[in-house]
Amino acid sequence: MWTKLKSLPWYEVLLPLVAVVLALLIGSGFILYVGENPLEAYRILFTESLGSMRNIATTLQRATPLMFTGLAVAFAFRVGLFNIGAEGQLYMGAFAAVWVGITFDLPRFIHLPLAILAAMVGGALWASIAGYLKAKLGVHEVINSIMLNFIALFLTDWLVTGPFHGGSWVPETVRIKPSATLTRIYLPTRLTTAIYLAVAVAAVVYVILWRTKRGYELRAVGLNPEAAEYAGISVSRNLLIGMAISGALAGLAGAEQILGLHNRFIVRFSSDLGFMGVAVALLGKNHPVGVLLAAVLFGALQSGSAALDRLTSVPRELITIIQGLIIFFVAAEYLIRRLLRLKEDA
Amino acid sequence: MGKVLEMRAITKQFPRVLANDKVDFDLESGEIHALVGENGSGKSTLMSILFGLYQKDSGEIIIRGEPVEIKEPRHAIDLKIGMVFQHFMLVEPLTVAENIVLGAEIRKGPFLDYKKMVQEVERISTEYGLKIDPEAKIADLSVGLLQRVEILKALYRGAEILILDEPTAVLTPQEVDDLFEVLLALKAKGTSIVFITHKIKEVLAISDRVTVLRRGRKIGTKPTSETNEQDLAEMMVGRVVLLQVKKEPAKPGPEVLRLENVSVKDKFGRLRVNNVSLSVRSGEVLGIAGVEGNGQSELVEAIAGLKRVSSGKVYLSGKDITNWSPRRNRAAGMGFVPEDRHRRGLVLDYSVADNLVLGIHGDQPFVNRYGFRQQDEITRHAEGLIEFYDIRPGAPAQAAKHLSGGNQQKIVVAREISQNPELLICSQPTRGVDVGAIESIHQRVIAQRDQGSAVLLVSAELDEILSLSDRVAVMYNGEIVSVMPIEEATEHKLGFLMLGGHPEEYQKSGVSGSVDQA
Repeated sequence: MWTKLKSLPWYEVLLPLVAVVLALLIGSGFILYVGENPLEAYRILFTESLGSMRNIATTLQRATPLMFTGLAVAFAFRVGLFNIGAEGQLYMGAFAAVWVGITFDLPRFIHLPLAILAAMVGGALWASIAGYLKAKLGVHEVINSIMLNFIALFLTDWLVTGPFHGGSWVPETVRIKPSATLTRIYLPTRLTTAIYLAVAVAAVVYVILWRTKRGYELRAVGLNPEAAEYAGISVSRNLLIGMAISGALAGLAGAEQILGLHNRFIVRFSSDLGFMGVAVALLGKNHPVGVLLAAVLFGALQSGSAALDRLTSVPRELITIIQGLIIFFVAAEYLIRRLLRLKEDA
Repeated sequence: MGKVLEMRAITKQFPRVLANDKVDFDLESGEIHALVGENGSGKSTLMSILFGLYQKDSGEIIIRGEPVEIKEPRHAIDLKIGMVFQHFMLVEPLTVAENIVLGAEIRKGPFLDYKKMVQEVERISTEYGLKIDPEAKIADLSVGLLQRVEILKALYRGAEILILDEPTAVLTPQEVDDLFEVLLALKAKGTSIVFITHKIKEVLAISDRVTVLRRGRKIGTKPTSETNEQDLAEMMVGRVVLLQVKKEPAKPGPEVLRLENVSVKDKFGRLRVNNVSLSVRSGEVLGIAGVEGNGQSELVEAIAGLKRVSSGKVYLSGKDITNWSPRRNRAAGMGFVPEDRHRRGLVLDYSVADNLVLGIHGDQPFVNRYGFRQQDEITRHAEGLIEFYDIRPGAPAQAAKHLSGGNQQKIVVAREISQNPELLICSQPTRGVDVGAIESIHQRVIAQRDQGSAVLLVSAELDEILSLSDRVAVMYNGEIVSVMPIEEATEHKLGFLMLGGHPEEYQKSGVSGSVDQA
C-alpha cells in the first residue's frame, strides 16, 4: 500500500489543490468587487461549513449524495465512459426506492435494505440502456445518456403527478413508511447513516477496480480497448457492466435523497446532483478517496454559501462561480502544469 | 568549409535521469552526421535542445561561429535549423502547399495568395529535387511522401541544418532508399544533416561521420569509413553483441499450425488475405517476408482471433480453431506477440506486473476462486520474468509507459513465451527496438523453438527473417507467392519476390535481378 502511495505522482494530488486555490483567488476578486473583504468572506465560509460539529454534519449531509454521484461518474470514467446520465439514473433509482418505501410493509431490517437495493437496480437498469446502446450499437454514451436524462425526468414527472401522486397540491408522492427511512445521526441536522454507506461504497469501488479480476478487465477496457480485446477481454460486455455499476451508484444517490432527506419523491428534487457528480469525479481524479474529499469540499461550499448570503453582501452565487472555476482549472490541467513548470516531466 | 554547428558539454537533467551528460557534438558544413544510440541514450534530447524544445542545464551551442541561446523552436528556425520528427505534424485536410507554408503564408492584401504558394513550393521542390504535387491533399499521401513534405517544410523556412529524428522508423525499405537519395541530393546542395537512428546499417549506408551516445554520454565520434557494424554495435551497447543469433538446424516435429485456403477481408469487404495455405511444424520457425501492407498483419490477426476468417480453415494441432476468440486460442496453446505493442500488446498505464499477466490475468494463481487478484503472485511472476528477460528498470510496480520501447517489447515477448505456447506468433517482434534488446529477443524466440514450439514469424526486416527462420514464405498482395527452405533464401531473392516478382522469373533473371532498379 505504501509503495502504491509513493509511486502515485505527487501532482495527481497537487493539481486539484492548486485548482481550488486558484479558484478561491479569482473568487476573491469578485468579493472585492462587491466591496467585501475576501479574507473575511472566506473565514465565514470556512467556519460556517466546518467550524463546528453541527456545521460539519450539515456539510457532510450535503456531501453525501455527491459522494454517490461522484463515485458513479468516476467509475464510468475508469471504464472509459463519460456517464453524463447520472442525473437520470438518480431519478430512476429514487423512484424505485420510493415505490418500495410506499408499497411494502416490512420490518425495518428488510424494508430499508430492500429500498436501497431497489434504487441500485433502478439506476443500473436505466444506465444499462445507455450501456447497451454504446456497447452493441456504438451510440456515443454522452449523447444517449443525455437523452435518457430527459426521458427519466419526464417519466418521473408523470409518475409522480399521475399514478403516484400523493393527493396534495404539491407534485409529490405520499411519504414512505418509517421502516424504510434512513436514521438521522446528528440532530438537528439531517445527516443520516447514508454517510457510512457512502464511505463503505467508496471502499467497495476501490476493491472492485483494483483488487478484482473484473476491475482489471474494466480498467483495461477503459485504457486500451484494443489491447483488452487482444487479451481476450470482451469490450462490449465490460462496457455494459461498467455502465450498470455506475448507474447503481447513481441510484444510491437517489436512495439517499428519498430515504434520508425528503422521505417522498418531489418532482425534480435533484437540482443537478448527477451533473455535480461529474465535477466531483473530475476534482477527485476519478479515485474513490479523491471523490470523497471532493464531495466534502463541494458540500462545504454549498452549506457555507447560505451563511455567506446571510452575513455578508456577497451573493451566494459566488459559490457557483467558485465551483465553476475549480472545474475549469481541473480541466485546464495543462495550464497548471505550465504554471508549475511540469511541462518537461510529462 | 568548417563547422556550422558545435555543441559543447551539453548537460540536461530530467527529474529521474541525466539525459545528457557533458555531450559534445559538431556538424561540418555539407555532411551527413549520424547520431546513434539505443533508445533512451539521449540522442533525441540532444537534438531537441538544439531545436529549442528543451533548455539545456549547462553547456554552449555555437552556430556558424556565434554562441547562441535557443529558447524556443522559433529561434532555431531563425538560425536556419529545421527538424523533422518521427511523428508528422501535418494538417490532413489541407494540401501539400498549404501545409508547407503554414505559419509563413504568402498574402495578397488580407487574403492568402494560394497560387503564389503553389509556385513557391514547386520552386523549392525542383530546386532540391524532392518531387511532390503541391496541390495533393495530405490525407491522400503515403508515409514516404508525408516525410518529404516535412522536409520541404523545413527547407521552405530556409533550413541549412536539417535534423531528422529516426526518419526511417516509419518507412518501407523502398521508401528508405528514396529518402537516402533525397538526403544525398540535399547534401550536394550544401545542407548539413543530423540523422538520428538506432539502425546501424543505415549509419553505414548514408553517413559521413557517426557519433555514438550511450546512457546520456558521448562514447565517440568516428568517420563512418573507419568503423563497421560490429564496432558500432559494441559502442552502442557497451559490450560484445551477437548480431546473428546462434542456432542449431531445426528438428521439426509434428505439424502444429495448418492453414487451409484462408481468406480475410477488411471492414470494407476488400480481400486482404487471399486463399493462403501454410503449415508450421513443432520445432521450426516459419518466417513470412513481405513489404508491409501485403496482408501479413491481417493473416496473423485472423489466426489469433482478432479478425474474422472469411473462408478457409485454421487448425491448431489438428483442432479446428477457425474464428475462435482470442481467449480460447490462448487456452488452446497460442502465444501472440502483436506487431504494435502500444495498440495491442500493452496497457501502457498498467504496471509492468499487470502487463505481464495481460491475457492470463484471470488464470490461477493470479486470481483466487472468488475473483480477487492475488497481488503477491502477480508480483512474484513479474519479478521472475523481469530477471530472466532483463527488463529495465526492474520495478514491477512501474507503469509500462515509462519503459523504453525495447523494454516494453521485452514485456510482451516475456509474457507470451512464458506461457510456453505450442504455437508462438511473432509479428514484427523487434520493431523500434535497439540492438541489445533485439539480440535478447531473438535468442528467446530460438530457445522457444528448441523447446518444441512452432514459431510463425512476420517481419518487414529481411535480416530478421533470414537470421531466425528455418523456412521462409513470401507474401505479396495477400497471397503466399513462394515457400522455401532457408538455404535457398537470399536477401536478393526475397526482395525480388516481395516486390511482386514471379518465382520462375527469378530463376531466369539470374543473380543480377531487377531488384536494384525496382
